[in-house]
Amino acid sequence: MKRVLHSWQGTAALVLCLAALASLPLMAVDAPSPFGTGTVVLVLLMVAGAALVSFTKLSQPLLATILFVAAHLAVWLLLAGIAGNEGQATLAFFLLVAASWLLAWRCVSVLSGIRPKSQAGDTFLRLLIPAIFGAWILILWEAATRGAGIPFIILPPPSSIGARLASSVPILWADVQQTIFKAVLFGYVVGCASGFVVAIIADRIAFLRRGLLPIGNMVSALPIIGVAPIMVMWFGFDWQSKAAVVIIMTFFPMLVNTVAGLAASGAMERDLMRSYASDYWQTLIKLRLPAAMPFIFNALKINSTLALIGAIVAEFFGTPIVGMGFRISTEIGRMNVDMVWAEIAVAALIGSVFYGVVALGERATTFWHPSNRGG
Amino acid sequence: MKPDSLKNRIIPVLTILISIVAVWYVAAYFMNAPFQRDLDRRAEVTSTTMEFIGKTMAQPKPILPAPHQVVSNVFENTFLRSVTSNRSLVYHAWVTLSSTVLGFTMGTLTGILIAVGIVHLKALDRSLMPWIIASQTVPILAVAPMVIVVLGAINITGLLPKALISTYLSFFPVAVGMVKGLRSPEIIQLDLMRTYYASGAQTFWKLRVPASIPFLFTSMKVAIAASLVGAIVGELPTGAVAGIGSKLLAAAYYSQTIDIWAALIAGSVLAALLVTIVGIIAKIVDRSMGGRPA
Repeated sequence: MKRVLHSWQGTAALVLCLAALASLPLMAVDAPSPFGTGTVVLVLLMVAGAALVSFTKLSQPLLATILFVAAHLAVWLLLAGIAGNEGQATLAFFLLVAASWLLAWRCVSVLSGIRPKSQAGDTFLRLLIPAIFGAWILILWEAATRGAGIPFIILPPPSSIGARLASSVPILWADVQQTIFKAVLFGYVVGCASGFVVAIIADRIAFLRRGLLPIGNMVSALPIIGVAPIMVMWFGFDWQSKAAVVIIMTFFPMLVNTVAGLAASGAMERDLMRSYASDYWQTLIKLRLPAAMPFIFNALKINSTLALIGAIVAEFFGTPIVGMGFRISTEIGRMNVDMVWAEIAVAALIGSVFYGVVALGERATTFWHPSNRGG
Repeated sequence: MKPDSLKNRIIPVLTILISIVAVWYVAAYFMNAPFQRDLDRRAEVTSTTMEFIGKTMAQPKPILPAPHQVVSNVFENTFLRSVTSNRSLVYHAWVTLSSTVLGFTMGTLTGILIAVGIVHLKALDRSLMPWIIASQTVPILAVAPMVIVVLGAINITGLLPKALISTYLSFFPVAVGMVKGLRSPEIIQLDLMRTYYASGAQTFWKLRVPASIPFLFTSMKVAIAASLVGAIVGELPTGAVAGIGSKLLAAAYYSQTIDIWAALIAGSVLAALLVTIVGIIAKIVDRSMGGRPA
């Protein structure tokens, strides 16, 4: 009983295998190219075998490897079998996909239990576990859309989005240049810099700080994105209006966070600086700005997402015939859903890279902070 | 109200607000002046300086409407029109509010569920958490039009598609805040629960949940503001039926600048109200749970 509890995913996978066996074949009777018997037997054996292996007391890395290989090979065979049979999958097919998914889950559970001794092993696991999770989202998506024959308009399978992505690189690149390199980067730099400068001024003048901070806090909660049509009216259709929206959106988070960060250094440390007879600017640069860095990077991270959103949404209100927001709104009108998804994938990738670069900068600058020290 | 709060808080805020309004008036003059000069030349009118300034503040479609024009538009469309009228801001705000609240509720519940899962299942913590953070680098607002159109294609229209966008935006702060909150009990407190021989469920309900309530409300304040933004952007592509977002879009098409600003003000008032309501509920809950005023 103990062992059954030990791997409930394995038990469930076995049950699903039996159910699939009872409801064969994998494809509807009139499917053009049904699975070969050999493939079906192989998949069943692999899933059932790996499920049985998950009850044994093998060493964790070996067990994880077996589960990993079995689950992904099985599901790969299953997905490869759909080609030509779109929408013909039966219950048995989905039961087997679910069984392999459970094996992958078991694999992730085993992997999370491993305590690697080396630094490199730890990093590897840290990347591998989320990667398996992400891969399975795509796999389940692919199996569901193609297996059940969901209309292309509603949700295209990842494989066709990928194909579209690969075949329209020049268009996507032009859009990225227009939206990211012109509007987002310019707006982000100017918005963050001006927020920072105003925060320093507000820090110098207490009256200004008391007045600006409540207003800044309130503005952060407002739907600033609504100024997009006004900016388009003022600065025209090209990237300048998008940059203006980005500037307004990124200004207030930076202001509020920097002001909060400048108050973060302790009274003791400030007294120490006083006893060193350091003036305002020395205290600012040597003590208070470094202490404010975690707050400033927090704002930079928030702004990296806001900037992308601002630029893309502003393009809905009017643009030249290039840009990510423009592409999304026109291609959806032409029902080219795969192009829209390709654009979204690119946006997500750029957003992640942007965030990642800021996070790396944070690691390099605030290495002394408790959250970065052996946390 | 403490006597020094007047000097330390209200006066500075008022000063800044007044100077913003003053700058706004000056900007309105300078941005509208060229067009007005053009109009005057064509009509062959020569006006004194004061008349000219007055005219720049009274254009029907100014580049930058003066504050009083916006205020009178907001007042007119809020209080003088019947609530069911298509031009009433109350009507549009109500439409936006309903999808905001629905999306916020779904998002908060999803966020709490995810947080409970992450705190209790190690595999979920290590595999899901990075993706939750990555999910927010996806500019979901950019996807909003597609979600609406696609759901419309399978006959899901009206409130739900907009609410789904709000859900996506609001689950993240709640999930992250609740993970932090559910993990906030210290080891010594968890040890105390062990010495009481408390079961997992008891520890959860009697220690972790009460400890997480302040975190929940802080993140709910962020979440409700995010849901409002989601609802507004979700209204942009719905064919301009109703809601603050569609009002913005319609006004932008017809260059009704005063209407754009009025819609913006309506959205801002709504945001401030929602955040305040969440704040008040937080205070009431905090007090009823025995929290001492800080």
